[in-house]
Amino acid sequence: MSRFRIADQPFDIAPLRARLLHERAGAFAAFEGWVRDHNEGRPVHGLRYEAYVELAEAEGERILGEALEKFGILDACAVHRVGDLAIGDLAVWVGASAAHRDAAFDACRWIIDEVKARVPIWKHERYADGHAGWLHPRQTTPSDAG
Amino acid sequence: MAKVTLLYFASLRDAAGASSETLETAAPDLSALYGEARSRHGFALPVERLRVAVDGAFARWEDAVRDGAEIAFIPPVSGG
Repeated sequence: MSRFRIADQPFDIAPLRARLLHERAGAFAAFEGWVRDHNEGRPVHGLRYEAYVELAEAEGERILGEALEKFGILDACAVHRVGDLAIGDLAVWVGASAAHRDAAFDACRWIIDEVKARVPIWKHERYADGHAGWLHPRQTTPSDAG
Repeated sequence: MAKVTLLYFASLRDAAGASSETLETAAPDLSALYGEARSRHGFALPVERLRVAVDGAFARWEDAVRDGAEIAFIPPVSGG
């Protein structure tokens, strides 16, 4: 079963958490990225995510595989939304289970940063002033995290 | 000449007015192919800010243009 998925509809996080349960796991960490009502000082009304799905799922899978090796965690998975999202909607979910909390926290943080930097997904924001546009950042930094 | 399908996403799709196009090209490599598309559609992003993929896998700009390939120009990503 693939660890990374692009979802074009809202998704339930309970089954994602459940699939990371493991008898050897003593820790689980999750990250949720939500749609916020502003970006760089501009009020945002809503947004749309678009992905190159085939490549996004392959690259996401690669990131999660790398995380398993790099942090020695037991398992990890992630789902990223595409389509129209409203303020407060869940945009991305990442979870990692590990024997101990340090690895779970570290892997979770690393995965979301890599997803933001590498996976072909684009955000189109609609602003309160009527403008709208695609975000093509020069460099993705953790402070951009949703 | 190679017959290829180009995929456009996000701002590139908006500028091209289409999510894909099929065309014949004599471009020697993927970088030159983007240059052709950029001048045809007026893309603002220079090649240095993009990545490129062929048939669903990341590729290198200096790779040759293969007949029948599906080529995607990947603008800077903004997921998360």
